[in-house]
Amino acid sequence: MGDHHHGPAKGLSRWLFTTNHKDIGTMYLWFSFAMFILGGFFAMIIRAELFQPGLQLVDPAFFNQMTTLHGLIMVFGAIMPSFVGLANWMIPMMIGAPDMALPRMNNWSFWILPPTFLLLASTLFMEGGAPAAGWTFYAPLSTTYAPPSVTYFIFCIHVLGLSSIMGSINIIATVMNMRAPGMTYMKMPLFVWTWLITAFLLVAVMPVLAGAVTMMLMDVHFGTSFFSAAGGGDPVLFQHVFWFFGHPEVYIIILPAFGVVSQIIPAFSRKPLFGYDSMVYATASIAFLSFIVWAHHMYTVGMPVAGELFFMYATMLIAVPTGVKVFNWITTMWRGALSFETPMLFCIGFLVLFTIGGFTGLMLSIAPADFQYHDSYFVVAHFHYVMVAGAVFSMSAAVYYWLPKWCGRMYNETMGKTHFWISFIGFNLTFFPQHFVGLAGMPRRIPDYALQFADFNMMSSIGAFIYGASQILFLYNVIATIVAGKPTSEEKVWDGAEGLEWTIPTPAPYHTFETPPKIDPAHAHS
Amino acid sequence: MTSQTSTEYAKYYVPEKSKLAVCATIGLVLSIFGAASIMNDMTFGDPGQETSSWTIFLLGLFFFIATLFNWFRITIKENIAGMNSAQLKKSYVLGMFWFIFSEVMFFFAFFGALFYVRVLVGPWLAGEGEGGRMNGLLWEGFSFSWPLMQTPQEAVGGAGAQLIANNGSFTSANTSLSFNDAHAWWAWLPLWNTLVLLSSSFTCHLAHMGILNGNRSKFNFWLAVTVLLGMIFLGLQYMEYHEAYVEYGLTLNAGIYGSTFFMLTGFHGFHVFMGMTMLLIQLLRSVVGKQFTADDHFGFEASSWYWHFVDVVWVFLFLFVYIL
Repeated sequence: MGDHHHGPAKGLSRWLFTTNHKDIGTMYLWFSFAMFILGGFFAMIIRAELFQPGLQLVDPAFFNQMTTLHGLIMVFGAIMPSFVGLANWMIPMMIGAPDMALPRMNNWSFWILPPTFLLLASTLFMEGGAPAAGWTFYAPLSTTYAPPSVTYFIFCIHVLGLSSIMGSINIIATVMNMRAPGMTYMKMPLFVWTWLITAFLLVAVMPVLAGAVTMMLMDVHFGTSFFSAAGGGDPVLFQHVFWFFGHPEVYIIILPAFGVVSQIIPAFSRKPLFGYDSMVYATASIAFLSFIVWAHHMYTVGMPVAGELFFMYATMLIAVPTGVKVFNWITTMWRGALSFETPMLFCIGFLVLFTIGGFTGLMLSIAPADFQYHDSYFVVAHFHYVMVAGAVFSMSAAVYYWLPKWCGRMYNETMGKTHFWISFIGFNLTFFPQHFVGLAGMPRRIPDYALQFADFNMMSSIGAFIYGASQILFLYNVIATIVAGKPTSEEKVWDGAEGLEWTIPTPAPYHTFETPPKIDPAHAHS
Repeated sequence: MTSQTSTEYAKYYVPEKSKLAVCATIGLVLSIFGAASIMNDMTFGDPGQETSSWTIFLLGLFFFIATLFNWFRITIKENIAGMNSAQLKKSYVLGMFWFIFSEVMFFFAFFGALFYVRVLVGPWLAGEGEGGRMNGLLWEGFSFSWPLMQTPQEAVGGAGAQLIANNGSFTSANTSLSFNDAHAWWAWLPLWNTLVLLSSSFTCHLAHMGILNGNRSKFNFWLAVTVLLGMIFLGLQYMEYHEAYVEYGLTLNAGIYGSTFFMLTGFHGFHVFMGMTMLLIQLLRSVVGKQFTADDHFGFEASSWYWHFVDVVWVFLFLFVYIL
């Protein structure tokens, strides 16, 4: 058909109608960054309000809308799409495939997102304001006491789920069906493995979330009583269904991050990843365990003691495969020829801070102790250590690591390192003090607090502004690289990097591996 | 492995630019916006006020369905033109399989809700165990049995007498649709529905055997029977719903029994409708377009998997909603 070497089309239609995994990956990445800025802006409002005790800037109802939308946008709009973007860019290049398995559906998965988030954000301007029940939108706050805009929110969740399911089906089909000959499962790069398992999780739990919001919709508009004891239902039912989705969801966010770190640490240690097989099995174990631990989010809701115990011990079990991973990363670095370029700095930052987040998670898993910690700032500190220092740090590392391959230009290393250090300091200044105020009893999602928490909260707010500002530097560095970075045409941008993506020209051509590459059977995974 | 040269490997067809995704998004987003607006008009709106919610919804839905129709038309044409390598066909197989898996998980959420309510919540509301303290405080006099024929609200004397915030009025049915409440086994519709749906899975299999043997008339015949059985099922379900609403007072407002009953059977019925539509389209493709051969009939095969899945869900429904 003579269309073997098409470059990209010109103008807007390239992006609207594209079926190219690199274009779609790029759109996902830019979209998620835009959402990261929007969600970050909401966080800044929250921190500005909490800068001093007493009501300062916004009224409490609006504060609730901010915490809700901050969480929803960061989880569904920023972190998840950013890793889907990375998957789009990297998986075909890592397994030697010409593109994603179902390219048109791939484009659809992306284009559902922008109008849906526009609709979600527009609930802020609707009568009664945006949903304000927190990102976990527990009933009856999200049903009986919700503003009318909750209906739009419910449908937004439905189509976001649709987008995620289609995206994951695409990833599963790509990994299972599009590997180059000789690329066996146990030779796949770890990023591909973690995404494959993540995609299974997504296909399994996004429909459950759809079920939860459908029950909400029926309760709000059609008189059912799923979440109402008066009719024989139970508000706690919502929490069970939500967290059956919600707990795997947090692994959906962190597993691709594990994959990224497992690619980058070996590259800058100039050693193969230690314990590849155990990494794969650990990832699968974490995924399996994620389905049987959901009620550890609900210890204080009034469960039978047998339930508390089961969920407590199952949760603690997760520390084992996660520990395997952390030890493997450290052992990979052990006696390696280490160098500390920006991607490596972010990965080491990830390793230290994620481990702290993991330990606080272990503290929270202890049911009797959780009665003290529950819904306090300790929980906020815990999950920001895993979401921000875990997922977002690894995402920053990934961008610095692969950006030269994507655009054929090198980023400014000094600026990258500056970004890392400001982020690292800003992040810890924000969230480390929250452990203390949380343990001392400061509740989350409240716009005011007792006077004794004032100093730590001011530190937190200053840290948040610093962390927020560092992202502007990141944006500037990325744009400066794309526009005017130092050109590089080396296939292997990093001398220690391994994998098929480093065997193709730099910048990566529009189409890669139209015919599958040969995989050296003797060559170990990378 | 290295012996595999690139020429042995059929080229994987990657379509060039496509407007399908953007069109589907426009249709989808318009229809959800319209649907949400319709519901908000209904619940929170001013009944006298004219809105354009229905117009937006129908316009969006029409555009969405038209786009999907076109999308499938294009993929069918590509397949007929021989653009789909064996590898690409496998992508479609994987796609359908995991789509059905996601549907299984969707039903899992509702079955989970049903079991949670029946096994744990009901007894707690009736005062059993640690969780039972609320019975004495809020729902005195409530006792639990399944199907739930008296809501906690009714037990304390109606919505007005309820001690916590009133979020609706939940009035139980006078008769359930369970087997135990049926006046005669032959007048019990779910039994007939089970027979209809199980035999439709069998006829669907016969149709598959037909096309595998290259026997088009056999294929068309049994496929038509399958679609017909699907329609009969939906007809019977309509009768059942009518009976439930009009004669038994079993409505969406009838407490958790009505909620779970209509949620599970309703979504199942919707999936039967979808599966039947899919099979009908395959029938038309075969009758009108003379499409499908003994070794290339994935459109039918995928629809038949969907149909068997719907059937399996029904078996669980029959067991846990109607019998046990």
